[in-house]
Amino acid sequence: MTYAGDVAALARKDLLLELRAKETLPSMLLFVIAALTIFHFALPRGTSHAAALGLLWAALIFTALLGLTRAFVAEREQGMFDALVLAPCDRSAIWLGKALAVLAFLVAAEVVALPAFAAFFSGVDGRTVAAVALADIGIATVGTLFGAMAVAGRARELLLPLLFLPMAIPIVAAGVGGYLWFLAGYDAIFAVLSWAAFEYVVAET
Amino acid sequence: MISARGLAKRYGDRRVFTGVDLDLAAGGFLLVTGPNGSGKTTLLRVLAGLAAPSAGELQLPERHTVGYLGHSPNVYRELSALENLTLFGRLYRLPERAERIGMLLERFGLWEMRRDRVSTFSRGMQQRLGLCRVLLHEPSLLLLDEPYNALDAQGAALLDGVFDEPRTWVVATHEPQRVERRATERLAFA
Amino acid sequence: MRLPALATACTGLVGLALALIFFYAPTDADQGFSQRIFYFHVPIALTSYACFGWGAWKALRYLRTRDERADLESYVAIHQGVIFGALTLVTGSIWAKASWGVWWSWSENELVLFLVLFLFYCAYFMLRFSVDAGPARANMSAVYALFGVVLIPVSFLAIRLSQKFIHPVVFNSHGPQMTNAQFFVFCVSFAAVLTLFATLYQVELAGKRLDAHVRELRELLT
Repeated sequence: MTYAGDVAALARKDLLLELRAKETLPSMLLFVIAALTIFHFALPRGTSHAAALGLLWAALIFTALLGLTRAFVAEREQGMFDALVLAPCDRSAIWLGKALAVLAFLVAAEVVALPAFAAFFSGVDGRTVAAVALADIGIATVGTLFGAMAVAGRARELLLPLLFLPMAIPIVAAGVGGYLWFLAGYDAIFAVLSWAAFEYVVAET
Repeated sequence: MISARGLAKRYGDRRVFTGVDLDLAAGGFLLVTGPNGSGKTTLLRVLAGLAAPSAGELQLPERHTVGYLGHSPNVYRELSALENLTLFGRLYRLPERAERIGMLLERFGLWEMRRDRVSTFSRGMQQRLGLCRVLLHEPSLLLLDEPYNALDAQGAALLDGVFDEPRTWVVATHEPQRVERRATERLAFA
Repeated sequence: MRLPALATACTGLVGLALALIFFYAPTDADQGFSQRIFYFHVPIALTSYACFGWGAWKALRYLRTRDERADLESYVAIHQGVIFGALTLVTGSIWAKASWGVWWSWSENELVLFLVLFLFYCAYFMLRFSVDAGPARANMSAVYALFGVVLIPVSFLAIRLSQKFIHPVVFNSHGPQMTNAQFFVFCVSFAAVLTLFATLYQVELAGKRLDAHVRELRELLT
């Protein structure tokens, strides 16, 4: 159970950092509410529920992107990858700890965003909530891996959306339709792949 | 401890160094000197196992016995000194973590401020904490990149004391006077 | 030695395929002359998949062996894949214009998939340009290339699902209803495009290797 212990220690560290810095989550919350407000004015009066729901998914993806861009900032600024990579824990634990923290931020943002959406537009049904929850797992797992890639590059903030958005297209395509089995399959496939690949992204040896 | 033959590192077409031969026995002290940008940091990263050599043979000790302190102190700014060390203590699965951490903080004069965030520390205090972090798991091979950077006279004296410990050392510095006499191996980059 | 033979075979096959497409293939009863673009569009699309698949295979080889050559090969294969992918989008768009009078149709699953793949693999180049050459870049490129081949079926499925959701129409598959003559022309054309890929792949690889060699020599001289 040392693996679980490592993951817990690393995830706890990220939550603690956020608690101190208060940067990521407040930005995500403000962003998603602002986006929903913009959508209200962008959509013509009397738009169908389906159209509004589609925009909710767009808002959630871009909000997640905002959080993912910040995910490895502390590691990058302080050269922490060097220290973490040399530690004897399995490198995938670094990924899992970060992915869990990202997942927590996503869920926290959506706890506000979904009721706000229900109030601003039309109600949210259970299927949508389940789809969003499943989508979060896919976003957090793939996004954390690609976030680690993006911080290694020069373009950084610019690079992550380019890398991540094509991966998010299937999530939105299936999420809008409420295909839960597809989202669960997406999560399983890409979580395993990200878990196995992370070591190559952060370490040369 | 370290054995290298014909070690080379390049990034694409840019050669950083080539043909480095090296034998560092346990307890040895390798002093790496040279001006800025001559490849000292890259060599240290290769010897720490953080970067893969482009060519040559290299034998390194196991990962958990290695400590590496780079240019930046490699600690989280928004965590306290204690939280930083506790995190790494966990990751290294240290027994009697609290005692060891307390001892190191005491030794480097950080005990009083152990609950303060690192972002409130001066650069020299951060470097001291970085030293605590790499010494925490009692590495047998310790690689330090410009360790005297930002340290005041007291901090530098503390670091001199660290070098008395029975470990294998690789130290890169552009002002080698302080550690010259300890060196058993030398590598000068131009 | 290998390259000239490949180039000759490629020229012959492409010539033969063009001749067959324009002079031998029967004119389609429904779509008329413009249906002949099918013999370009589908082989190019399939070749593009082959490129991405080959690139991912080389990426896997790289992660296993850490051989720099595999990294370069993976890069070149994906580069060719993006070129063929862009051609797929262009030919598909022309076909859509000829058949339905529109340049773009979201109901063509394969075309939509190519748009997604095109976006994904363009980002591959952004990744490579933004990271310094070396093992870290090679590792990341390889991981990204592997995600790409997994994304192909996942995206395809997602696009089909969303199709059902957005417009409930049946999919028309135009594979098996080919006549023998049409199938023959298709096969020749596919072989021609695959050989074209193999040739371009070797040419680009040779060029890149030569380039690296020259730079190495220049480095040694200075």
